[in-house]
Amino acid sequence: MTAEARGIVAIIEPADGPAGALTAEVLGVARRLGNDLNEPVTAVVLGETVAEVGPLWEFGADKVIRVVHPLLAEFNLDAALGALEPLIRRENPNVVLMAHTFQGRALGPALAFRLQTGVATDCVDLRPGAGGGSLVLTRSILGGNFRAEVVIDTRPQIVTLRPKAFPPAEPTPGRTGTVEEFRPEPDPVRVRQEVRRRIQEAAAEGVRLEDARIVVAGGRGLGGPENWHLVEELASALGAAVGASRAVTDAGWVPTSLQIGLTGKTISPDLYIAVGISGAVQHMAGVSAAKTIVAINKDPDATIFRYARFGVVGDAKQILPALTREIKKALGKA
Amino acid sequence: MNIVVCIKYVPDWEAPASQFRIEDSRLVPAPGIAYRISDTDDEAIEAALQLKEKHGGRVTAISLGPASARDGLKHALAMGCDQAVLLDDPAFEDSDAAGTAAVLAAAIRKLGDVDLILTGRQAADWDQGQVHAGIAEFLGLPAVIPARHIEWTGSEFIVHRIYEEGYEEIAVKPPCVVACSNEIAEPRYPTLRGIMAASRAQIPVWTAADLGIDPGRVGRAGRRTRVLRLYAPQVEAKCEFIEGENPEEIAAKLVQRLREEKLL
Ligand SMILES: Cc1cc2nc3c(=O)[nH]c(=O)nc-3n(C[C@H](O)[C@H](O)[C@H](O)COP(=O)(O)OP(=O)(O)OC[C@H]3O[C@@H](n4cnc5c(N)ncnc54)[C@H](O)[C@@H]3O)c2cc1C
Repeated sequence: MTAEARGIVAIIEPADGPAGALTAEVLGVARRLGNDLNEPVTAVVLGETVAEVGPLWEFGADKVIRVVHPLLAEFNLDAALGALEPLIRRENPNVVLMAHTFQGRALGPALAFRLQTGVATDCVDLRPGAGGGSLVLTRSILGGNFRAEVVIDTRPQIVTLRPKAFPPAEPTPGRTGTVEEFRPEPDPVRVRQEVRRRIQEAAAEGVRLEDARIVVAGGRGLGGPENWHLVEELASALGAAVGASRAVTDAGWVPTSLQIGLTGKTISPDLYIAVGISGAVQHMAGVSAAKTIVAINKDPDATIFRYARFGVVGDAKQILPALTREIKKALGKA
Repeated sequence: MNIVVCIKYVPDWEAPASQFRIEDSRLVPAPGIAYRISDTDDEAIEAALQLKEKHGGRVTAISLGPASARDGLKHALAMGCDQAVLLDDPAFEDSDAAGTAAVLAAAIRKLGDVDLILTGRQAADWDQGQVHAGIAEFLGLPAVIPARHIEWTGSEFIVHRIYEEGYEEIAVKPPCVVACSNEIAEPRYPTLRGIMAASRAQIPVWTAADLGIDPGRVGRAGRRTRVLRLYAPQVEAKCEFIEGENPEEIAAKLVQRLREEKLL
């Protein structure tokens, strides 16, 4: 008989750092589950980029496992699978959590199939099942028009969590735990992909879209790349980050790294200004954590107004320059 | 270069939510709702056709039922795919992503001699993004997701994989699985000739027996995940429209309201 699967494993996103927002969210969920199910929480860190483990303990990890191998210096799916498969088999956890980032999108399903278990991707909510049974996992389907509550009958239950959908862990200063190293030997024959280069397209300076307090985003309604400067000017007057709908990134007006939504980034600004964006559910999936939405759209029946706190019906090409001027005036920049 | 493209035929995801009904944890589209090849699956077909046009070979489209998926496969043929196979068997019904991937993997094994397997990054109905990974693991192949560009150097594929800040150039040896993102290609419209040829084409149906699949591994019996319940989330409309004689007046009023709400 196999031993009962026990424990919550949280896979930490190396790029996010030990005290990053995603780390706090994933460990927040892990800690709450650990408390509810009375199971230990283990944070797994791929590679050596995360030097400090203190914040992981403070966010709720009882144990930190650093997985050390030269191939894990940056995310390589084959190497990550080769490293995590033996580790997860050894740990035999009940639940494996990770953020639904571009790493989690690749790793979650692949790890599940490698371990012959089930996975629920992009979950927006979860709770322990009745009587300690499988977790009840809430996913959005049909872009966000519907929600599904699903359960995973196999172990471990692998879950990718939508960024910004869960409250971050509150650090407990001085909380400590244990730390160990795991040195995997991924089968070189199964490492058949190699990351040759990383090309950064998002601006290296300025606020990251994910962290911005104010975001101005443009959609197809801008009419063409020649009008994109109107979005940038408003953003710069506000000190905001710039985002886009998929229609715009798909058309190549701006890089994919600006895409907000189900298959792009999840943001949580205090103020989100959507210009010429229709408000498709897949776009809104990325902004459900925004506190206040302002929509500018020439169609009074546009779906975006269903989500907006403030709406302006009008032509973006006329409204934006006037709004930029007013903002500059108001903020004393004119 | 031999390419297999896995496509899913799904109800029009752009139809309003009111056109769907929830029935026993299933989503049932209203009778008038059209089915389409899923978002990014059509882009995967286009990417396959472009690789074939450059390097020769054969493009095969496969889809796991229902029988109406035959229309999706016809569309794939009309776009220029060389052959199509429908995978349909009552044993496949109610498969989760694991069951679906097992069937697709078995069909790819039966086709044999494949260099590249393409899928979309996630189907527009269930938004899971799992099937590519299942196919890869069942066949013991590497997988890359999500891809916005693929090229063949003669010995390996160079795949541009999207990540938060840009993209990575990943070198991967064939055969491999690549899940395509929308940027990868603009799907072509079928030509009239393509449509005519597709309408005459025979689309074979492969069943569990044809694929040598143990029915206990697929469908309801082979599920690792179950749906407990579906529901529609509520959005409440409370939009305050800002009006005015001209853009300046509207802009001034909006700024004033944002200041009152302490958003500026
Ligand atoms: C699986 C899947 C994943 C997806 N992921 C994403 C995602 O991550 N992010 C995303 O954004 N989309 C995503 N989409 C696409 C999404 O469904 C929409 O197609 C997309 O968001 C539309 O972009 P848009 O609002 O810019 O364009 P449109 O829908 O074309 O809307 C343009 C809007 O501009 C308005 N307009 C036109 N002219 C003007 C003007 N002069 N002034 C003001 N307004 C004007 C129009 O009234 C309209 O409302 C996804 C779709 C699928 C199926």
